[in-house]
Amino acid sequence: MSTIEILFYALSAFAVISAAMVLISKNPIHSVLWLILVFFAISGHYILLNAQFLAIVNIIVYAGAIMVLFLFVIMLMNVKTDNEPQKKLLTKFIGVLSGGSLLTLLIALVKQTVQLQGKEVMMKEGTIGLIHPLGKALFSDYVVPFEISSVLFLSAMVGAVIIGKK
Amino acid sequence: MPIQYYIFFCLTLFSIGVIGVLTRRNAIIVFMCVELMLNAVNLLLVAFSKMHHAAALKISAASTAGIDAQIFVFFIMVVAAAEVSVGLAIIVMMFRNTHSIDINFLNRLKN
Repeated sequence: MSTIEILFYALSAFAVISAAMVLISKNPIHSVLWLILVFFAISGHYILLNAQFLAIVNIIVYAGAIMVLFLFVIMLMNVKTDNEPQKKLLTKFIGVLSGGSLLTLLIALVKQTVQLQGKEVMMKEGTIGLIHPLGKALFSDYVVPFEISSVLFLSAMVGAVIIGKK
Repeated sequence: MPIQYYIFFCLTLFSIGVIGVLTRRNAIIVFMCVELMLNAVNLLLVAFSKMHHAAALKISAASTAGIDAQIFVFFIMVVAAAEVSVGLAIIVMMFRNTHSIDINFLNRLKN
């Protein structure tokens, strides 16, 4: 087994276990912390794919900004963890069953697809994930969507303030 | 690394997100599971872009095929950040009105 394979399996197992812990934890704060670990594992996958820009953006935006916002809201509301309402056991069982059957179905589908057989993902090589080509593409071909996204941020900010003020 | 491995991994993460949305009643946890599903899809997009790039490099050495997908992932992150700010504001407003973050309270929107 090469180093890349070992890293891939380790990061995948780490991400899946942490994602499961997000659901299992009773305390919402623990869930947030586990989710941050999932995002770090996914950033590791990005680095493995040599998508360095996205790895950094993922850590800064998701693990940094968004999860801090979640933590902030949870601590602001100060929700009691002991009397959190639980769904009925039957509903939970049906939810797990439907999620599991979705997973099984899609995995069986992917295994049978001929077009995906023998396709390799390029690891640790290739320049498209670096900051220089991405920045060039972002500010030449995609400059209009980039500017529109700033309008989106402005409207999201105004919307959040208006909803929060009521 | 074969592309199937990435698909299986991302499908697992996505299904965990689906199970979380279906089984939890805490609105914040449900919201976090949606973020988890978004991230699984992002990772799969990057994996596919690298697969496409590897195929295009065999034809032309100076190809930048696959860069669109990474830009797309970047814009998904931008939209997700905007979505989270509005969504958390809605959850805070809901908590102020009902003093609970149980999503079952939201069924009073029916009336």
